[in-house]
Amino acid sequence: MRKIVLVGNPNVGKSVIFSQLTGARVMISNYPGTTVEFTRGELKTKAETFEILDSPGTYSLTPTCRAEEVTAELVDQADIIVNIVNATNLERNLFLTTQLLERGIPMVIALNMFDEAAQKGIKINPEKLEELLGVPVVPTIAISGEGVKDIVRSIASARKVERNPSSDAERWSEVGSLVGKVQVVSHRHRTWIEVLQDASLRPLTGIPLAALVLYLTFKIVIGAGEFIHDVLFNRIVFGMLYGPLMNKLSALLGEGFWHDVLIGQLVEGEICFEESMGMLTTGVFVSFGLVLPFLVTFYLLLGILEDSGYLPRLAVMADRLMHRIGLHGYAIVPMILGLGCNVPAALAARNLESKRERFIACTIMAITVPCMAQTALIFGLVGRYGGAYLAVIFATLFLIWAVLGMVTDRFMPGYTPSMVLEIPPYRIPHLSSQLKKLAMRLNHFFCHAVPYIFGGIFFINILYTAGIIDFLAALFEPVVKGLLGLPGEAVTTLLIGFLRKDVAVAMLEPLNLTPGQFVVGTIVLATYFPCAATFSILVRELGVKDMLVSAALMIVTSLTAGTVLNLLLDRLLPPLHLAAVFVLLALLLIIAAGGTSDRRELRDYESYLLKGNRTQKAGLD
Amino acid sequence: MPQIPLTEMKPGQSGTITAIAGGQGLRARLQPLGIRPGKKITKLSSVFHQGPVTISVDNYQIAIGYGKAIRILVEVKEK
Repeated sequence: MRKIVLVGNPNVGKSVIFSQLTGARVMISNYPGTTVEFTRGELKTKAETFEILDSPGTYSLTPTCRAEEVTAELVDQADIIVNIVNATNLERNLFLTTQLLERGIPMVIALNMFDEAAQKGIKINPEKLEELLGVPVVPTIAISGEGVKDIVRSIASARKVERNPSSDAERWSEVGSLVGKVQVVSHRHRTWIEVLQDASLRPLTGIPLAALVLYLTFKIVIGAGEFIHDVLFNRIVFGMLYGPLMNKLSALLGEGFWHDVLIGQLVEGEICFEESMGMLTTGVFVSFGLVLPFLVTFYLLLGILEDSGYLPRLAVMADRLMHRIGLHGYAIVPMILGLGCNVPAALAARNLESKRERFIACTIMAITVPCMAQTALIFGLVGRYGGAYLAVIFATLFLIWAVLGMVTDRFMPGYTPSMVLEIPPYRIPHLSSQLKKLAMRLNHFFCHAVPYIFGGIFFINILYTAGIIDFLAALFEPVVKGLLGLPGEAVTTLLIGFLRKDVAVAMLEPLNLTPGQFVVGTIVLATYFPCAATFSILVRELGVKDMLVSAALMIVTSLTAGTVLNLLLDRLLPPLHLAAVFVLLALLLIIAAGGTSDRRELRDYESYLLKGNRTQKAGLD
Repeated sequence: MPQIPLTEMKPGQSGTITAIAGGQGLRARLQPLGIRPGKKITKLSSVFHQGPVTISVDNYQIAIGYGKAIRILVEVKEK
């Protein structure tokens, strides 16, 4: 089977065209760096069936990050290249095109966003471009599917051209003269969306806007999530429908192993969805009653943030903050994705330029960013003790985030280079693509998370029955009780936490903890180690050696944070005061310390200038 | 004609890039994005206290962190 590879600059619509060609469902957003791995699909034409590959976006065939390495490798394997070109930035896009043409692989060019270019007053003559380049050129509007059939038709006539390798300067001058021949630009007035675009990049308007967007996002996720959880699920589904059904089943089963596994332990003769720990009680409740409502609302809002094109602007506004912890603005993207699920977040770190920043970003994200499943459980269970205890949890995570970032930035050699990030235009999110994306993400939850939730609960019951829990509890009691002030049994939550963090938080419930102990348990669970799914991705992305370092940091951080909280919370300070102290401390650290990368990067520039002066002088002598 | 780093331009000012003061790696990173000597750019905004600079090149916008922006030298059109 011949291979077709889709290649192009970031955010030009490769994945949209891929899904139009293959019918496959892939993640599509309006920011550079959505695709970080290749996706495989099939394209059937009358004559032939092709294997078709969607690649991460790249500006050139000399890779500058891991995602771009993937593309360079794919190009080497290609039998046919479909080069997707953004018609609104012809010149820059054609630079990659000239590099691709030199490979001598049969090629087709899709001139995408042809409508948007027209709106911007850019008129391109595709026939003329085709004539000059010697390969088929097809205008397309991927999002509405226009021109996609023409791509398929022209694949049959994909041609290669004989070209000699040229230098970058020669390429630019060739591209310049090409653009001069095929493109006419007329001036257009700025639209309101362009005015808003600029406003969100200026600090005086952009920073308040960023704060507002983040505030509203979390407010809506928490508000809507709690509403659905409370009213729809708790009262109606679980209270009036599912609860009575389970009580009947419980009576039917009688006592014994299957009652323990399916229904779990009765609390004062009743089923308790939080505490019983049966697959059909707590398992169903955690998956659908607690996690699902928060997940749906979070992913709906994340989808809007992604497709509107706001994320890169947020990256610009967050750049200063992220620089304090050895990262740069774009690293806010994996952090935000991590609030949904840490797995795609660890993958998104591939867009970062250096190994150093990938390590810092992945480690900090895995330790301090709880996924939505975990957050939902925290809200559901800790929330009952009042907002102050919730505040302590998130303040602690924020403080760890700041301290850990500064420490790793300070002690890792080298520096994190500043970002270069293309800012896409704002686009209004399409409802249909929003729903598709939500369906994909929920599908992932049902297929990859829910089985683990049930598996985790089944596993707990086996452990209890086999007496392993008592054994482990006795073994680890010195650490768990001595340092963290938790009952020895809490050690088993750490075991389950490796499978699913949400189930592990739920397991704290039957231990009859004080609110303070609950907070300690939650923080330790959030930070000590990533879940198995994230762990396997991290090993792959960081390598075994770096993952070991990362894991050591996790365990040390977790034990320290747990011990400190155990000593301070409710003993020395009430929760709200402690939260305030932590937040102030973190802010103070961010303002006063950190920024090692900044200093090293500027020092590097100074030494470059000095060297330059010396060679100039040498030239004069 | 005065030649200044991108970081010292004022928002709204236009100019032509004259040099990238950096090694092969930096030039290889910036050039494919169209940030290269001879290119006309307009500075849109910058975040204070060594924040990133946003510029517009042709029809698109690029944000560049301070550490890289300071290495991009621009010949500014005097008004």
